[in-house]
Amino acid sequence: MKPEEYSERTIEIEGWPVHLVTYKLDGKYHAKADNVSPGANLARIVADTREEAENKAIERSRELLSRTRRHAV
Amino acid sequence: MAQYAHPEVLVTTAWVAQHGKDNNVRVVEVDVDTKAYDEGHVPGAIAWAWNTQLCDTTVRDILSKVQFQKLMTDSGIRKDTTVIIYGDSNNWFAAWALWQMKIYGHPDVRLMDGGRKKWISEGREMETKANPSTPSETYQASEPDLSIRAFLPQVQEAFKAGNTILIDVRSPQEFTGEILAPPGLPETCQRGGHIPGAHSVPWGKACNDDGTFKSLEQLQSLYGPEGADGSRPVIAYCRIGERSSHTWFVLKYLLGYDNVRNYDGSWTEWGNLVGAPVEKGVAQRAQA
Repeated sequence: MKPEEYSERTIEIEGWPVHLVTYKLDGKYHAKADNVSPGANLARIVADTREEAENKAIERSRELLSRTRRHAV
Repeated sequence: MAQYAHPEVLVTTAWVAQHGKDNNVRVVEVDVDTKAYDEGHVPGAIAWAWNTQLCDTTVRDILSKVQFQKLMTDSGIRKDTTVIIYGDSNNWFAAWALWQMKIYGHPDVRLMDGGRKKWISEGREMETKANPSTPSETYQASEPDLSIRAFLPQVQEAFKAGNTILIDVRSPQEFTGEILAPPGLPETCQRGGHIPGAHSVPWGKACNDDGTFKSLEQLQSLYGPEGADGSRPVIAYCRIGERSSHTWFVLKYLLGYDNVRNYDGSWTEWGNLVGAPVEKGVAQRAQA
């Protein structure tokens, strides 16, 4: 099997840039979100449609990023 | 790749597609997201989990020599095996695995340039089945080469002496102390900021958009102005030592600097240490 329909884009969630990668593999859509500069994984979702996979990845990212505290420097 | 100081430590995705199943080649996936392998991987690849298989799970440390030998043996790796490592996030933890293999003297270990991202974006063949390893004869590791690893006392000495370039490879917000961990991850330190005098060069700046490493000239332009030009020792650090192993790889093998160490204690050690000096905000040197 080969990945198809690969796409990637950067969006903003809770004031943080998020890198969203989506592709289709073996009939399912895989969406992965990471926090760009560190590159740490925030969400990895497999779903039947691109929209469902991306929406769930965005929602999970929002949950995690909303907990990030900014400190005065 | 021929431009780099040690081009032999990199292979392309095309090379892996052609040689990944050769008898003397072992392809290993090491991801930040340890479940990624199960969703699909390079045909024939095995996986190592960074948080259970590439560290001592009792003491905070890298693998001991005995643990490393067992991992290699169980993975079917011999001393003469060509090991190709790749992973997500532009080879973050793949570089961490390579660093440990170099510590224990494996002769031929390389990164797949661009990692998992490039393989997928190119639409290359993948499989979901696990690839059980046939254990090799007992692997004999070399004594650890600690010239590529920095411990806290060495970093403290470097800080005092001022003769070593400290490269902080975390994000700018972690460097300044605005956040205490990468966005979305739990805070793992008591204090934010950076080691005084450190230079901020986020690890990802060494990569192109497709995940491959930037050219030799681009890398020289990135690190040279920060004092990392090969004329002085360099210590790279991040939060737990994995992002900095990526930068260590760039400085050591792509730029060919002799004296480069990865401080794997990193900010989770320094930022929790009683009495350790911390600088907040942008680097004082940069403000001057």
